[in-house]
Amino acid sequence: MPETISVTINGAAQHVAAGTTVAAAMLIAGQPTRVSVSGERRAPLCGMGICFECRAVVNGIAHRRTCQIQCEHGMTVETNP
Amino acid sequence: MTGDTNRTDVLVVGAGPAGIAAATAAARHGLKTIVLDDNPSAGGQIWRDAIANPHAKKEAARERAIQSLRASGAQLLSGRSVFAADATGAVWAAREGGPQEEFRYQSLILATGARERFLPFPGWTLPGVFGAGGLQALVKGGYPVAGKRVVVAGTGPLLLAVAKHLAEDGAKVVRIVEQAPLKRLMSFAASLATNPAKLLEGLRFRPRAPYSTGCWVTEAIGATEGQKLSAVRISGGVKTWSEPCDLLAGGYNLVPNTEIAELLRCAFRGSFVRVDDSQRTSVPHVFCVGEPTGIAGLDAALVQGEIAGLACAGKSDAALTRRAAQGRAFADRLEKAFALRDELRSLPHADTIVCRCEDVPAGKLRDRLSWTDAKLQTRCGMGPCQGRVCGPAIEFLMQWRPVSVRQPILPVPMQAFFPGTTAAESAAQTETESIEERV
Repeated sequence: MPETISVTINGAAQHVAAGTTVAAAMLIAGQPTRVSVSGERRAPLCGMGICFECRAVVNGIAHRRTCQIQCEHGMTVETNP
Repeated sequence: MTGDTNRTDVLVVGAGPAGIAAATAAARHGLKTIVLDDNPSAGGQIWRDAIANPHAKKEAARERAIQSLRASGAQLLSGRSVFAADATGAVWAAREGGPQEEFRYQSLILATGARERFLPFPGWTLPGVFGAGGLQALVKGGYPVAGKRVVVAGTGPLLLAVAKHLAEDGAKVVRIVEQAPLKRLMSFAASLATNPAKLLEGLRFRPRAPYSTGCWVTEAIGATEGQKLSAVRISGGVKTWSEPCDLLAGGYNLVPNTEIAELLRCAFRGSFVRVDDSQRTSVPHVFCVGEPTGIAGLDAALVQGEIAGLACAGKSDAALTRRAAQGRAFADRLEKAFALRDELRSLPHADTIVCRCEDVPAGKLRDRLSWTDAKLQTRCGMGPCQGRVCGPAIEFLMQWRPVSVRQPILPVPMQAFFPGTTAAESAAQTETESIEERV
């Protein structure tokens, strides 16, 4: 079994396998990564750092491309408002 | 610009197959070589490493290539986003949370790969709608799809490779929808028989799912307004039907990442960077390899990379040159076989979002005269992705050629320029920057 990592996504604990990207963790948690300028809930599209739909707030820093970041113990992630 | 300077004989941008091959060849001939890559680990998109999949066997070709790269003495720097370049021999990269880094080179090899082309249709912004390669990348990044019903749709050989991969991960691929007509696919497949080395991975491993050619997705339907995907609407021109599904993996072939080549004012051949037999661009000391020179796949990328790496060392190899020419012919056939049908231009309704960053609907673009006009009047293409998603779509829908690329070619946190800035200030600045650039 791979090691498990615990992160907090929009206030709720989420456990994922080591190496999981933050984008994948948000999909598992069923949380949108960001809210668009007209208020739509969005999820990742391209999976490779191009489209910026996966940007979210990671450890307090907004607009981070979550498909390019791997989960770390104790990370807090929030939907980008 | 301030920051650390790294001097090197050869600087390679991109650590996919082409970049790895280029760096390995250059370093083996004693040249100091640095490779910059945006991703957490080497391999690019086609060799993206998978986690948490018990069925995934390490791809032998990828493992060999990365081992050769390590053994060659080339230095790989991952997590570097190149955001600026100039023709005097400098490239600038940003690293998460760190100051910008400057790299000075004798020779520059651009191996920046390709991205998927997305075409807008009603419902394509719903959660559950992914790129085809996009979903594959997210699955490799730990998103489980076991038991999920997936429609794979769009065009190109990638669809079959993605369907196969998703099925291996336990997804129920309910249908593969390919817009190219069967007749064209058959003659393309026949042309491959004369060139077995080029046999497509996807065509060899067709999964057991209905394969609808000459069909396309016209709409993604949410269970409730604006929520989670529940079905897609598919059309074959005359016949249309709904296919219930949990996920849509959709993409219309690939478009090259050519932003750095454009910044450096390399000459183009249509959408692709023009290169000679040694992979030299029109700009002295700048080479380009892999998909930015023509969408030709893995084998061509490896060959072109090696040619460029050798050329930096003043060497050439006639056998490689011949294989590269075959690769170019293959790229031309691929482009013809999967050319986009006209019906796809009428998919977006007036209220269908085209620019996902700025939520610009198709209706607002119809009376605009050009890209510049659209940017000034609607902010289309001016969000953080800088038109990387809507640009190729609009080129197809409106026949507008993209306007010039400006640096930074990606949003860069102010922290990169002013290391004293706090993360929060920096994030606020990032937003401002992405809004202000590229009029």
